[in-house]
Amino acid sequence: MAAAAAGPGTGSGPGDSPEGPEAEAQERRRKAHGMLKLYYGLSEGETAGRPPGSDPLDPTDLNGAHFDPEVYLDKLRRECPLAQLMDSETDMVRQIRALDSDMQTLVYENYNKFISATDTIRKMKNDFRKMEDEMDRLATNMAVITDFSARISATLQDRHERITKLAGVHALLRKLQFLFELPSRLTRCVELGAYGQAVRYQGRARAVLQQYQHLPSFRAIQDDCQVITARLAQQLRQRFREGGSGAPEQAECVELLLALGEPAEELCDEFLAHARGRLEAELRSLEAELGPSPPAPDVLEFTDLGGSGFVGGLCQVASAYQELFAAQGPAGAEKLAAFARELGGRYFALVERRLAQEQGSGDNSLLVRALDRFHRRLRAPGALLAAAGLAEAATEIVERVARERLGHHLQGLRAAFLGCLTDVRQALAAPRLAGKEGPGLAELLANVASSILSHIKASLAAVHLFTAKEVSFSNKPYFRGEFCSQGVREGLIVGFIRSMCQTAQSFCDSPGEKGGATPPALLLLLSRLCLDYETATISYILTLTDEQFLVQDQSPVTPVSTLCAEARETARRLLTHYVKVQGLVISQMLRKSVETRDWLSTLEPRNVRAVMKRVVEDTTAIDVQVGLLYEEGVRKAQSSDSSKRTFSVYSSSRQQGRYAPSYTPSAPMDTNLLSNIQKLFSERIDVFSPVEFNKVSVLTGIIKISLKTLLECVRLRTFGRFGLQQVQVDCHFLQLYLWRFVADEELVHLLLDEVVASAALRCPDPVPMEPSVVEVICERG
Amino acid sequence: MEDDAPVIYGLEFQARALTPQTAETDAIRFLVGTQSLKYDNQIHIVDFDDENNIINKNVLLHQVGEIWHISTSPADKGVLATCYNKPSDSKVLTCAAVWRMPKELEPGGHESPDDSASPAHTLELLCHLDNTAHGSMACVTWEPTGDGKKVISLADNHILLWDLQESSSQAVLASSASLEGKGQLKFTSGRWSPHHTGTQVATANDTTIRGWDTRSMSQIYCIENAHGQLVRDLDFNPNKQYYLASCGDDCKVKFWDTRNVTEPVKTLEQHSHWVWNVRYNHSHDQLVLTGSSDSRVILSNMVSISSEPFGHLVDDDDLSDQEERRPEGKSQEPPQDSVIATYEEHEDSVYAVDWSSADPWLFASLSYDGRLVINRVPRALKYHILL
Repeated sequence: MAAAAAGPGTGSGPGDSPEGPEAEAQERRRKAHGMLKLYYGLSEGETAGRPPGSDPLDPTDLNGAHFDPEVYLDKLRRECPLAQLMDSETDMVRQIRALDSDMQTLVYENYNKFISATDTIRKMKNDFRKMEDEMDRLATNMAVITDFSARISATLQDRHERITKLAGVHALLRKLQFLFELPSRLTRCVELGAYGQAVRYQGRARAVLQQYQHLPSFRAIQDDCQVITARLAQQLRQRFREGGSGAPEQAECVELLLALGEPAEELCDEFLAHARGRLEAELRSLEAELGPSPPAPDVLEFTDLGGSGFVGGLCQVASAYQELFAAQGPAGAEKLAAFARELGGRYFALVERRLAQEQGSGDNSLLVRALDRFHRRLRAPGALLAAAGLAEAATEIVERVARERLGHHLQGLRAAFLGCLTDVRQALAAPRLAGKEGPGLAELLANVASSILSHIKASLAAVHLFTAKEVSFSNKPYFRGEFCSQGVREGLIVGFIRSMCQTAQSFCDSPGEKGGATPPALLLLLSRLCLDYETATISYILTLTDEQFLVQDQSPVTPVSTLCAEARETARRLLTHYVKVQGLVISQMLRKSVETRDWLSTLEPRNVRAVMKRVVEDTTAIDVQVGLLYEEGVRKAQSSDSSKRTFSVYSSSRQQGRYAPSYTPSAPMDTNLLSNIQKLFSERIDVFSPVEFNKVSVLTGIIKISLKTLLECVRLRTFGRFGLQQVQVDCHFLQLYLWRFVADEELVHLLLDEVVASAALRCPDPVPMEPSVVEVICERG
Repeated sequence: MEDDAPVIYGLEFQARALTPQTAETDAIRFLVGTQSLKYDNQIHIVDFDDENNIINKNVLLHQVGEIWHISTSPADKGVLATCYNKPSDSKVLTCAAVWRMPKELEPGGHESPDDSASPAHTLELLCHLDNTAHGSMACVTWEPTGDGKKVISLADNHILLWDLQESSSQAVLASSASLEGKGQLKFTSGRWSPHHTGTQVATANDTTIRGWDTRSMSQIYCIENAHGQLVRDLDFNPNKQYYLASCGDDCKVKFWDTRNVTEPVKTLEQHSHWVWNVRYNHSHDQLVLTGSSDSRVILSNMVSISSEPFGHLVDDDDLSDQEERRPEGKSQEPPQDSVIATYEEHEDSVYAVDWSSADPWLFASLSYDGRLVINRVPRALKYHILL
């Protein structure tokens, strides 16, 4: 107690003393806890109540564990003055008191708890003792039970083993019994035709028999079974082969045979061979339909027949096969695909033959319907047998037929065009025989144009069926794209227009050499037709086509402008050729007239030669003919009333001028000079120049050709005086009548002047006729 | 030397007949025969001095009549033949005669006198080709490789082979053949083939071309309807023995292989009126010259059917800087037939064109108004062919 009393004296040390009373109380409490803890062996240090510097071994520490009151007192006495000692004492006393009261409080507070704890402990002591007794008893009981159990086991051991063995024997016996009965059962099953049952039995027994076949008795059973099974299999095969029972039963047979362990490969071959037999029969019947002698059923019926017979059969076979031989893996599938491919190929060949027969006919709707059925029917096997490529092949056939159809229509259009041309030829030839005006050229042209257009429209409509919504193949890419753009637009329409142009152009090329193979009027008509195509019809037809066949394909198509250019070129060539042909006709007339006449010894002219009148007549006829189809065209500005008289005066004055030098002795230079100077001021005349699309240009071309011929012919002859005068008269006559046809009358003057001048040069004695006389003669003629 | 410009020479009279002096191989010399009914006709000997670009002329009088056709002996420079119209009152008859030029003109008059001062020389008549029995002479053609002793003339429907004897002073009719048929058949033109040792002659009448063997005077081949209209002229390819060019009133020029006469090998249609004359270049047979009454002369490059079908492999770059490219400039391989140039110097119908016998790059054309134009092959093309 001394320690406790002395402790608080200096107690708290330098750290604690300055703290307020509250902190002090806390400190104290902690100290108390600390001691408790100390009691329970917890390290005081961990609670960090103590100032870190103090040494727990310090004997002077009041609160330390190693407090030594003597040392402490010594220390106090030695170190402290009296006053401080006194203070320490009071302090210590006060602390001791406080500690006392604290202790008391603690005791009071915890008294009850102590008591109840004590009670509890006592009670527990009591209970445990009881429990211990019971546990002992339990232990003894258990020992007894173990003992008994061991004894029972020992007694039963023996019997248990025997029962197990017996049970095993029983089961074995049952199986054996099944096995021994198996042959008879199988036989019965076979007899009853319960093949399925038999196969199941056989399936159950097979493995066992297999395993124990080294035992003689089992071997016998197995042999029996095998015999029966073989018989069974044979019967099954028999049934299978008889084949009449139809595909599902056959499938069953095959299934059973498979279960019997027949080699699957062989079976599937056989199955296919069988199916082939049936399908071939179908094909044969189809072929018979196709045969040449009996009237072939229409194509729709044919495809129906093929669809239900062959394609249906093929479908059944394929699905049955796939069910049965699924285990065969890719090799089996390949076999089936090959099978389907081959038979499908033959079917397609038949269909194609039939369709080929159809090519000639005009009925597109029936064909399209037939194709539709055909295509639709093949979708099912196509889906079933993707590898066989049936659907693709079918699509291909349809496409090919469509293409051929297009070709057929193109052919038809061409034929129609040629037919039109023949009609026109006949129409052109006929009226001449009758000697009266036939149907006008314009009318003929309209007929041709409308008939061609209606043919084109009919073809378009017919071909359009291929792309109808309800047709099963219309949504194939080919029919959506290529068929519309390349097939119909390019192949049919553009192809036809091109071939039309070509046909027309061919009239310009070959027969032109002989002159008259093609009636000129036909050339003219064709030229106008092409021109009309260029201006309107082509774009109309193409628009129509594009509207009907919404072209989605991106492939390049011939633009309208190109076609128009081609048509225009054709029209131009035809017209140019027309000019050449007509020019040639008139030229020949003029040439003959110049070449066959003896110009030296001719008489004084009294008349215009008949040939010239003929020339004028023919030119007028051509003018009328061309006027029927082509517009007038533009003439060079001229006084509209350039009547004959003024014209004659003008021309004769010119003639005077031209001939004047001929009279003078120094002639040759002057003539040349004059004509050369004149040529300087006139443009070069292109004789066979391309013509414009109008009447005046056409006539100008013809007249140019004719007059140039006249000029060249005149230059090759030698003229007497009257010969020259005759030429003069003729030229004047031509001048009177031809000027009105040409674009530039100056041209006629020029050429005719040249003719007369040349004739004058070719005349050793050029004495021209008086212009007035010339006029009189011409007016009389 | 930018001298591709044409040289023009004017005659006072109308003219149709033009020929190079065939035997002359040094000087560029052309003979032109005039046509005048009222004045004395002339033969102009036109010498072209290539270096100085000058034309010298000599005039020979041809008093017997207007000249329709002229040809020169391949052996003797001084000998020529003409077909001429005898002026008469009632009847026109074309005769043929062989002439000799005056000696002083013959060697190529270097010191040729001024034409104004020159007195007109007269031709010396060697012999007439007597045609009284045969009708009008259309043309006279000499055996091309011979010694100038053999001549063929075409008279109406007769083809006459003459032997010129005693230095051409006498013409003996060696053999003849005639064309029989309905209508009035009349030869228009004929050429003697330079191949087959001079045994083949081709003639044209109306639209038909015929080949003849001069030994038997029998027909070898016949191209019916060679042209749509009258055939005006013919020429043999000097380097390919079966090739023949023809032209006619259908404005076309056609090239034939005489071994297969059903179809022409090639047809050109470049003129806009009758084609009167077609001539192969003597050395480079791809160059074909045509003259037409549309007043144009066209020089074509027929590479594809020439004896040098692929030309000489040459880079165009070599000549690109020489001068401006001609339209032909693009002839890369494969070579294309093309028009090399169109000459429009004439204002009247061109009735005769021919190549110079001395300079293969030079040719003359003659139009009816008496204008003679001498042109050259474009230089770029010349180098292209040569290099």
